[in-house]
Amino acid sequence: MILLIAWRNVWRNPLRSMLVITAVALGLWAGAFVMGYSIGIINQRLQTAIEKEVSHFQIHHPKFSEDFDPALVIPQGGVKLGHLRSDSYVKAVSPRVIAVGMAASAKQSAAARVFGVMPAREQSVTGLQDKVVEGEYFNDKKNRIIIGRKLADKLNVKLRSKVVLTFQNKDKDIVAGAFRVIGIYETTNPGYDEMNLFVKALDLGELLQVPGQFHEIAGLLHDPELVEPFADVLKAKYKESLTETWREVSPELGLMVDSFNQYIYIFMIIILLALSFGIVNTMLMAVLERVREIGMLMAVGMNRRKLFAMIFFETIMLVMVAAPVGLLLAFSTISYFGTQGMDISGMYSGHESLGFETFIYPKLEGIYYLRIMILVIITAVLASIYPAVTALKLNPVEAIRKI
Amino acid sequence: MAVIETKNVHKTYNHAVVPVHAVVGVDLKIEKGEFTAIVGPSGSGKTTLLNMIGGLDKPTEGSVMVNNVDISSLSRNELIDFRLEHIGFVFQAYNLIPVLTARENVEFVMLLQKQSKEDRDSRVTALLEEVGLSDKTDKRPSELSGGQQQRVAVARALASKPDFVLADEPTANLDSKSAENLLDMMARLNQDEQMTFIFSTHDQRVIDKAKRVITLVDGRIDSDIVKE
Ligand SMILES: Nc1ncnc2c1ncn2[C@@H]1O[C@H](COP(=O)(O)OP(=O)(O)OP(=O)(O)O)[C@@H](O)[C@H]1O
Ligand SMILES: [Mg+2]
Repeated sequence: MILLIAWRNVWRNPLRSMLVITAVALGLWAGAFVMGYSIGIINQRLQTAIEKEVSHFQIHHPKFSEDFDPALVIPQGGVKLGHLRSDSYVKAVSPRVIAVGMAASAKQSAAARVFGVMPAREQSVTGLQDKVVEGEYFNDKKNRIIIGRKLADKLNVKLRSKVVLTFQNKDKDIVAGAFRVIGIYETTNPGYDEMNLFVKALDLGELLQVPGQFHEIAGLLHDPELVEPFADVLKAKYKESLTETWREVSPELGLMVDSFNQYIYIFMIIILLALSFGIVNTMLMAVLERVREIGMLMAVGMNRRKLFAMIFFETIMLVMVAAPVGLLLAFSTISYFGTQGMDISGMYSGHESLGFETFIYPKLEGIYYLRIMILVIITAVLASIYPAVTALKLNPVEAIRKI
Repeated sequence: MAVIETKNVHKTYNHAVVPVHAVVGVDLKIEKGEFTAIVGPSGSGKTTLLNMIGGLDKPTEGSVMVNNVDISSLSRNELIDFRLEHIGFVFQAYNLIPVLTARENVEFVMLLQKQSKEDRDSRVTALLEEVGLSDKTDKRPSELSGGQQQRVAVARALASKPDFVLADEPTANLDSKSAENLLDMMARLNQDEQMTFIFSTHDQRVIDKAKRVITLVDGRIDSDIVKE
């Protein structure tokens, strides 16, 4: 009966109730959509970073990352490569020779990291060929280089320009090689493009005097969910090398995801806080315009617990009518744009220079809806307290005397 | 044994300037089965006295015994439960829950008492028939006339099987025909079921129907007449 009264009371002033319900529904819709949108951005960024840059796992000599000493090749790199290539969990692997040094054109020079790659394998892992926006990908010719757009501009080089790479070989002698630009690539991350150069592993291995050896093996798995267990297996198997997951190679990526998750909940909580003022206000009005009725209820024997429950349920119901509407709207818009994509290139120019995509696929997993729902319930419970306590404070005699 | 017994009851409102002595030393005994009117000029303390008898308000001095329980010593929460079990109320207006039907309004107090569904159903049906509203059971208060609303209120007051029913000016908002009907109905319930009624009124025709008339003047009992 208490529930029945509460429910009917919700519709006693339909206009006022509809206003709050609409506000809550719209607020949740907007909040959940922005969450989905943000998660879409962050997921895409993450996926790009993992698949096009970091890969799922990387193997190095344990000390290689300290100062990129060319002598620190992966022990038995060729054997490992063979094993990984035939592993059914592995989608693709790319071995790399790496050197850190200087890239110089006729006019300019800049610090650079040079990857010596096997063209077809690199294509299968990071899709380097697809990133080439000018010129072409590696062919049979020796000493060809693919350079990032940003670095090309900085060094003032074009296709077919000569670039001289200088670094230490494995015996710590300074060596230099002349390379001709065959392609210019561009990713969504200009910072990356400015730093990284690609040549063929064969050419670089020769220069560094580590022919047939590798400093890095990067690989992708068929199932991204299996990265951690798979890496654990490799760690146990290749004790003399260092195997790392993308999270270990780029902890900032993991951190970005974690802090983003917190940030979007804070956003939601702020929206709910704003909505709760509207809810409290509405319920307070509902209580104050029913002073006599509440006095009568207490007079005839409705105890304070039941009275509290009545106002409490009325508040909860008000919010619970709104929440599914808002979340359903959010769900349908997120699903729609999640498959269609949202073109935001017009919204911000220069967005991509921050490393973000221009096409967003919003995404919100079920667990988020569940958590939003829990937050909504908490909000409703908190918002009901003040109006309910106000009702309890009413004195039946005073309330009735107003008759 | 008296259903209600007040002993030297005083109620003083501490008004900002001068204290208002609304009820001054009232000694009163009401026996089971009475049909008693409390009358007196406006401001004479009728409502104040009824509120104290009904456990809605506490005397500043003296005690109110209901069934030999000193209700002036009960806590606020205890009083709510006491009222639910022992006292029926009919107010001048706003008696009913607007969002409930006549039937649900009567059933409401029985639900508060946690009575079983069968008990509730049969008693509500019987009561609504008794007050002549069998055809209006599913109407909401706003769809009923003032007189009909007060009848539902009387049915509601009886539903909890109280020791007595207090009615503060139950006919004040009614036309004289409806007022008379309501009183006749209450008188019949008093006759048939030995239900004790105590009501306040200004209306001479209502006073005429009472078996006992207590007149208050300035918070004191001025006269107490029992008719034959
Ligand atoms: N809450 C209050 N605060 C101060 N004074 C009050 C309060 N309630 C009642 N009074 C005063 O107490 C006196 C008795 O009031 P009460 O309402 O009991 O009279 P009444 O006989 O019921 O009058 P009426 O016939 O107009 O209903 C009046 O002088 C009134 O002004
Ligand atoms: Mg009065």
